[in-house]
Amino acid sequence: MNNFINSLGIILYATLVYATPLLYAGLGSCFSEVSGVVNIGIEGMMTAGAFTGTVVAYFTGNPWIGFICGGLAGAFFGMLHAVATVLLGADQTIAGTAINMLGPGIVIMIAKVLFDSTDTIPLTATQKIPQLFSGLFGTDTTFGRFMNNVFATYASTYLVFIAVIVVWFVFYKTRFGLRMRACGEHPMACETLGINVISMRFLCVCLSGFLAGLGGACVTMTVSTQFRPISIVGQGFIAIAAVIFGKFRPQGALVGCLLFGFCSGLKVVLGGSSGFNMHLISMIPYIVTVIVLILFVGKSHVPAANGKPYIKSR
Amino acid sequence: MKKKKSFLEFVSDNKFIHILLSIILGFLIGAIFLVIMRLSVGEAYGRLLKSITSVKGITYVIVYAVPYIVAGLSVAFSFKTGVFNIGAEGQFVVGSMAAAIVGIRLGTLPKPVLIILCFLAAMAVGALWGIIVAFLKTKWGINEVLSMIMFNWIAFYLSNFIAGLPGIKSDGSAEATQNISDNASMLFPKEFIKKMDFAPTANWGIFVAIVIMIVIYIIIDKTTLGYRLKAVGFNKNAAEYGGINVNGSIMTALAISGALAGLAGALQLMGMGGRISIFSSQEGFGFAGIVVALIGCSNPFGVFVAGLFYGWLMYGGSKLNLVGAPTQLINVIVGTVVFFIAISVIFSNLKYLFRKKG
Amino acid sequence: MANQYLDMSTPVIEMRDIVKRFGDFTANDGINLTVHKGEIHAILGENGAGKSTLMNQLYGLLKPTSGDILVNGKKVDMSTPRDAIAAGIGMVHQHFMLVQPFTVTENIVLGDEPVKGVTLDMDKARKNVVEISERYGLSIDPDAKIEDISVGMQQRVEILKALYRGADILILDEPTSSLTPQEIEELIKIMHNLTADGKSILLITHKLKEIKESADFCTIIRMGKYIGTVEVAQVDENDLASMMVGRKVTFKVDKPEQEPGKVVLDVKDLRGVDYRGVEILKGLNLQVHAGEIVGIAGIDGNGQTELVEIITGLRKGTSGDVTINGTSVFNKPPAYGFEHGVSSIPADRQKHGLVLEFSIEDNLILQNYEKEPFSSGGILQRQKIFEHATQSIETYDIRPKQSEKRPAGTLSGGNQQKVIIAREVQNDKDLLIAVNPTRGLDVGAIEYVHKYIVEQRNKGKAVLLVSFELDEIMSLSDVIDVIFDGSIITTIPGKEADENYLGLMMAGGKKE
Repeated sequence: MNNFINSLGIILYATLVYATPLLYAGLGSCFSEVSGVVNIGIEGMMTAGAFTGTVVAYFTGNPWIGFICGGLAGAFFGMLHAVATVLLGADQTIAGTAINMLGPGIVIMIAKVLFDSTDTIPLTATQKIPQLFSGLFGTDTTFGRFMNNVFATYASTYLVFIAVIVVWFVFYKTRFGLRMRACGEHPMACETLGINVISMRFLCVCLSGFLAGLGGACVTMTVSTQFRPISIVGQGFIAIAAVIFGKFRPQGALVGCLLFGFCSGLKVVLGGSSGFNMHLISMIPYIVTVIVLILFVGKSHVPAANGKPYIKSR
Repeated sequence: MKKKKSFLEFVSDNKFIHILLSIILGFLIGAIFLVIMRLSVGEAYGRLLKSITSVKGITYVIVYAVPYIVAGLSVAFSFKTGVFNIGAEGQFVVGSMAAAIVGIRLGTLPKPVLIILCFLAAMAVGALWGIIVAFLKTKWGINEVLSMIMFNWIAFYLSNFIAGLPGIKSDGSAEATQNISDNASMLFPKEFIKKMDFAPTANWGIFVAIVIMIVIYIIIDKTTLGYRLKAVGFNKNAAEYGGINVNGSIMTALAISGALAGLAGALQLMGMGGRISIFSSQEGFGFAGIVVALIGCSNPFGVFVAGLFYGWLMYGGSKLNLVGAPTQLINVIVGTVVFFIAISVIFSNLKYLFRKKG
Repeated sequence: MANQYLDMSTPVIEMRDIVKRFGDFTANDGINLTVHKGEIHAILGENGAGKSTLMNQLYGLLKPTSGDILVNGKKVDMSTPRDAIAAGIGMVHQHFMLVQPFTVTENIVLGDEPVKGVTLDMDKARKNVVEISERYGLSIDPDAKIEDISVGMQQRVEILKALYRGADILILDEPTSSLTPQEIEELIKIMHNLTADGKSILLITHKLKEIKESADFCTIIRMGKYIGTVEVAQVDENDLASMMVGRKVTFKVDKPEQEPGKVVLDVKDLRGVDYRGVEILKGLNLQVHAGEIVGIAGIDGNGQTELVEIITGLRKGTSGDVTINGTSVFNKPPAYGFEHGVSSIPADRQKHGLVLEFSIEDNLILQNYEKEPFSSGGILQRQKIFEHATQSIETYDIRPKQSEKRPAGTLSGGNQQKVIIAREVQNDKDLLIAVNPTRGLDVGAIEYVHKYIVEQRNKGKAVLLVSFELDEIMSLSDVIDVIFDGSIITTIPGKEADENYLGLMMAGGKKE
């Protein structure tokens, strides 16, 4: 029984740790997609954020400056995507593919220059994002150990849950959110009401880059403490998948990301005990996602103007 | 009155020129990065060029290019038929593994039979991987981009799992499969390679790629199958209205695209790798296929050239660290090329540059 | 009837010598327009004459190449719709600018939302919306989603959007295209209410009768050029028509008397659901004989779309039967119906009729690409396909000529429709279904389409015509079926059709 509770604690902890970066990136993806721009460049934006966050934290010694700079690096690539897709009407898939090559390409090259290696130097404990409540509950009781396990998560995790609420509020309770959603559904209608579709989408794509950058930064600034070329591989796409899973809603993305996180957590715990094949266990999150989609979710409403360039005729 | 086209108009209206301009800009941006890093542009680009000045170099480029060409054809075919096969990565991986299983377990079969069996296995499994996604889409309306991303990872871990199974896994300490049987290898005879001073992995794959390119061209442009798949790709509603079985066509399109990606995996294994390692991350051949398809404008011949170009950069890029330049420079160059292809509308507008307003 | 609210001393809008060019194409060539307080001013012209372009400039969606716009005597620069809204101009577009998954209230306040701090104040928004809707007698359900409400209500939402922003000048772009005669009357009443309140209305239309019934003045535009402005009371419909087209127009379609033959299409007790799964066809019965045009009159959303989709095999019905010459095609795939004699001109030519990216020659073989001579052994016979296209382009007067290899998307709407007609007529099937076959076409093209439809009937084909244009139904049909709420509620001979009676039935009125 104690063992079980212990494992449960570890699973919950792992769930949160894995879900956090996905959730940042997923929220970013929501902004872009809901305003009408497909952004498969999330992956590249995360990589840029991961590298920049780590490097800035390493040189300044302040994790929060690093974290924010990670976001800004993502926003820079978001801006590139916005220039191509929103201002110049580029094919959104092609531009996103380019971002996915440019992001990692540029940062790894900079890593080579700065560190003469593709990896950065690991962060020290004070350069990492802090664990706010580590060890707070004592180790005497099972419950205490359980709580300690769960609350060993990093500050970025608590922040992202606040971010989900904020994003949900922005989407559904503010003027900005209403207009943004309208831009993704019927940009022409927005134009006739004096809403500037171009700047709205531009802003949303940059925001999506910023959030993806934050997501990348919390991969390399928490559990893993250094940036390596394979730090991000695939997580941007998983975040996109979680958003489609969540029907392009922040609260849906939360469920999707937690599901991925939970399966990854399960993988960690099961993988620890022998008897299970590591590789087969690793497949679980992906298979579970497909099954959940079939059973519970089905078709999702894609914003009507999603993926279609909006070009103003003058 | 017939007006002679000005130079700018010619540049503006020619898609091929746009791609050429994109490539030039890609190298230009790469050069800027080199300068920032205080590296010699001449030396780095010289290295890239030097890599194709010898027979050995050229054959290396071709060997590198084959899987990219075929993966690129896979993605290009999907683009033409209205799906975005972001799942080529997973199809490539399972195709490669299927060929490995056949190439290891049935290694005693005579060479031509074994090679064809490996191809068929790879294509069948790749096609299956595509069909599953198409089935999920047509039966339950599940977004194909989402399920392809899932199946890429499932393929990846499945491959790792199989590579570790007894009877497949290498007997030594290597975290990889056994080598495939010599009878499944597509390498040219050793003496021939030596005599011609070819790259040691020079193989028959390029001929397969050429055949596939022609077959895909014919399917897309000349057959009723291509007509049907394209009609569904461009306008599902009109196709259905015209009596075409839309769901069946989506399945067919993804099956063909998947089979090609699977074949690309087999060609990579049987031409270069010889065995499959247990990777810690995805290798990205399928994603490279997307890039190659984009640079080649989804035209089979264009994809062939783009694949050679990409193969050259990958091979030449691997020599870059000899002059102290990071290999990643290649990704920056290619990324820039793709970026400019995405915004090639700016080239189309060049002709208005010096025109009077009004 | 003179408009007592018209104040000729107060011009609210003046557009002076407006020129608008797109590249080498001149859409507006020196147009002048003056609208006064309380005036209903019609702008008449064929499709493509440049009416909408002119109005889009007034509304800030397009920028004039040259010319001035004055509002209340002051020159204004309309560079965005925001400027137009600020100047008191509101526009109801022909294709509604409504966000489908949003509620009525959300759509009305979008862009000018009341807020409480940083939060949207939806209670206040709802209150405001209800208030204006009551003030102008425009009944709406503030909480319904757009995708769930009727076209008529959607139009009222559009008008409310403009009024909510305090518009004094309303532009209505083809507002009656999908309304019943009764709804049109209602709209005209609303328009008069608005002018009584001191508002001015610009009515864009190509329907002469409505102009006669509602407008004070009418400005006519032909092929981008300003033809003139007339006082509506001084002219009749024929004058307006010839000014619009530049020649005499005959509205009558010549149709020889002809005895209908055997039953070709027989729809029995048909039931079916719409895309939301709500039952929309409730036991519909319908017959079309050889050599006869049966027109289905009705308001959009009463089951017409689903009826046609079930007959053509695009949708499955829940029960009943559909037979062609005695063979059931009910719940069979489209190809099966086609083999047994169904051809159709679909409602949405860009969505269902054509693959816009395909060349004209490829579009002409959409149902026949697998048949001889267009292919053999799975290989397309390009030469044959090309020759077929050349001959079709000639016979059906598709323009431009030598356009066999051009993508269909580059043709004008009228010529796209000709491609579809060429294909469907040459398919030579026993049944031709035509759904809104002239929507968005100019007068010349409409005459052309009507000619071919009647020709099919004269050749002994059965024709099912579904149209929201009552005039079209009345001038073409041998028999008119009125559809309401998923069934045919009355069938009358075409010759005896009376617009008021039809309108009443379309609104679900009972026969007396």
